[in-house]
Amino acid sequence: MRALLALLILLTALPLRAEEQAVVGLSQNRVSLTVNFEGSEILIFGAVRRDGPLPEGSTLDVIVTVEGPPTPSVIWRKARKGGIWVNSESQIVHAAPSFYAVASTAPLIDILSPDADLTHRISTRLAIFEARTDDSRDAASFTEALIRIRQGEGLYQALDSTVSLQRETLFSTRIKLPKTIVEGSYGARIFLLREGQVLHEVETVIDVQKAVLERWLYNLAFQQPFLYGLLALGLAVFFGWGASALFRLVR
Amino acid sequence: MQVYLPIAETTVNAFTLLGVGGGVGVLSGMFGVGGGFLITPLLFFIGVPPAVAVATGVNQVVAASISGVLTHLKRKTVDLRMGSVLLAGGLVGSLVGIWFFTLMSRLGQIDLLVQLSYVLFLGVIGALMFQESLRALLRAKSANPPRRKLHTHNWVHNLPWKIKFRTSGLYISVFPPLAVGFGVGVLSAIMGVGGGFILVPAMIYLLGMPTKVVIGTSLFQVTFVAAFTTMLHAVTSQTVDVMLALFLIIGGVIGAQVGTRIGLKLPAEQLRILMALLVLAVAIKIGLDLVLTPRELYSITIPGRF
Repeated sequence: MRALLALLILLTALPLRAEEQAVVGLSQNRVSLTVNFEGSEILIFGAVRRDGPLPEGSTLDVIVTVEGPPTPSVIWRKARKGGIWVNSESQIVHAAPSFYAVASTAPLIDILSPDADLTHRISTRLAIFEARTDDSRDAASFTEALIRIRQGEGLYQALDSTVSLQRETLFSTRIKLPKTIVEGSYGARIFLLREGQVLHEVETVIDVQKAVLERWLYNLAFQQPFLYGLLALGLAVFFGWGASALFRLVR
Repeated sequence: MQVYLPIAETTVNAFTLLGVGGGVGVLSGMFGVGGGFLITPLLFFIGVPPAVAVATGVNQVVAASISGVLTHLKRKTVDLRMGSVLLAGGLVGSLVGIWFFTLMSRLGQIDLLVQLSYVLFLGVIGALMFQESLRALLRAKSANPPRRKLHTHNWVHNLPWKIKFRTSGLYISVFPPLAVGFGVGVLSAIMGVGGGFILVPAMIYLLGMPTKVVIGTSLFQVTFVAAFTTMLHAVTSQTVDVMLALFLIIGGVIGAQVGTRIGLKLPAEQLRILMALLVLAVAIKIGLDLVLTPRELYSITIPGRF
């Protein structure tokens, strides 16, 4: 009986949930880290496709997240030892996004229910996977420090109320990518929400790549380190010797 | 104008880099030093990761000393045999230094190691230089300067395995120069310096080499050890950033030309006092960073990257 009831609810709920869907576009889906890269701004925009009439009694909210490639990280805490400050305790984080921005139409706490946050891992805190250590003394303070430091560098951004939503249909937001971002695939997720629940989710990808020369140098450094070392020395010898030869000539 | 550094993975203002390279170049031209001990800490201050700063600093040392060594070779003011012994010690020292460097990076203590060695070496050398140049200044003022002994015998001359160093006019054991070279090699790998500031006094006071071959021989050793260390850093930790090096080198070679000209116009004693004060100032600044309570107690490292 209970199962039947659940099925019935599901059947009626499903079409209602699928009623509103997001269609998304990006101002650019490729960011190039060139010699003079000073950061970039990405415009994420879209519309809500609606099959039925505008639902009444609740408001539509939009959350946009952009996530950089995750990396394991070690967070160190300094302590004073013998008069000087040294790294003493550390906490490993299995995967923390190298970049994370959450933009929303209203403060996250007002529009996102905790369980929806848990399922979709939307808030910055939940996007970080800590290592589950038994002696988790104060793992929370380490994770908070990670967020605080990266927020200070513009790598983590909590952008409450920066998504503009017009007539519950057209939405857009701008996300700043700072100059310190690393290359890789950046996933953008767009959530439509009503009453704290996620109605629809779309994903799209922004490719962040080093420009040709930078990419070539980086690959050479990691794949052919010996050649790269020779190149570094060659440049040093050429410019060091060449410049003084030039000055001698001028004189 | 901003420059993206592909290895450091960050963007720095090009003029800041040229300024750092040029400023240090002026000083190195004035004082006749490589300037690695100033470039590396300045790079920390502008936000380059310490491991990249050290490895790139040592690459810059190659550029700063290469033309000097060629000039000295042409003038025959290099003791090649002494240089080779120092170099042999230096290469081994560099290997050991790199090993220690990688070990400390893995333990998350690389910043501490680099900062501590800077405070220690710059503090001691700066204080010694200051004392020495102050004494020289006072001596220059007094009417009849006391004569210095040309050659003194100390414990260094009693060790076994003696070799004739013809150019230096020395007949001493091979161990002291090996040890001195070794020490400089370790410092080069850990601190991103050429090590001339240690090598030159050690050659004069410890080995008793004549001053006319000291500079050329030290440049000879420094150039090759720095080149070797650059290769090791490039191969073991991929921390040499050629883009960063390029800007530092260009700024540096131009600055050095300006500095040499300024140096010729200023009296030598005052110059050495200035230099000593500068070394002390850098040591104090880094020392304060270690002692004062930092604004952020936490820091992030990414395993496998620096």
